[in-house]
Amino acid sequence: MFQALADPARRMMVDRLCRGPASVSELAGPLTMSLPSVMQHLQVLELSGLVHSRKIGRVRTCTIDRQVLTQAEQWISDRRALWERRLDALGEYLADNPEEPEPIQTAANQGSET
Amino acid sequence: MTDRSVTHASFVIERVYDASPARVFAAFSDPAARDRWFVKSDSWPIAEYTFDFRVGGRESGRFSPDGTMMVYNETIYQDIVPDNRMVFAYTMMIGDKRISASLATVELKSEGKKTRLFYTEQGAFLDGLDQVADREKGCRDLYEQLAVELERDTATA
Repeated sequence: MFQALADPARRMMVDRLCRGPASVSELAGPLTMSLPSVMQHLQVLELSGLVHSRKIGRVRTCTIDRQVLTQAEQWISDRRALWERRLDALGEYLADNPEEPEPIQTAANQGSET
Repeated sequence: MTDRSVTHASFVIERVYDASPARVFAAFSDPAARDRWFVKSDSWPIAEYTFDFRVGGRESGRFSPDGTMMVYNETIYQDIVPDNRMVFAYTMMIGDKRISASLATVELKSEGKKTRLFYTEQGAFLDGLDQVADREKGCRDLYEQLAVELERDTATA
């Protein structure tokens, strides 16, 4: 998913598909690359589940799967919120407890000696 | 839900604390300290909690935010370098359904008298169980947010 969006050409393709379904040649239009390269990028997007394509006659039409975008975004925002809350609580704890800890016994903490 | 799906995603959170790495590390590793900021930070009534902070050790908890729904958290510590980093794998379940399996890394970097903390989570999010009803958000907004996450990832990598 993130790999799929890591490339600027693929981001342009996704951006275009956000406006509605498009044929492969419409996707290739603004990109300065060969059709086989566009097909390769399309394949990466399809493998990620983000984009689906269907061939009708001679035209391959691509559409975006909004569900996939929504799921990833929802997951990140929920999980991020949980950890933001925890790490803020850590900041409050540290502010309330300024004393330095006792030096630690490295071996015990690494579990190499028990 | 019978739909099976996996979504992979990752994110990074950064914080700077006015404390030495040793103090921040102790807040993670000391059970009493951890209890105060981590275990009870969500103010959820706790049904069960165990904590064994060493490589290969487990931390598991059963929490109930509303007294009926049960959330399970199961963690295994993979790597611990005192005052420097912790790597742990954890799963979360709601009832009998596993909603995610993640690898989390906490890195502590000394900056003068302060500590910069990076929390990186790489997760497999399962069966869309966290999913809330469709929200009023354009497709473009969503993808731009993901691109921002991605840039954060590469910027801190």
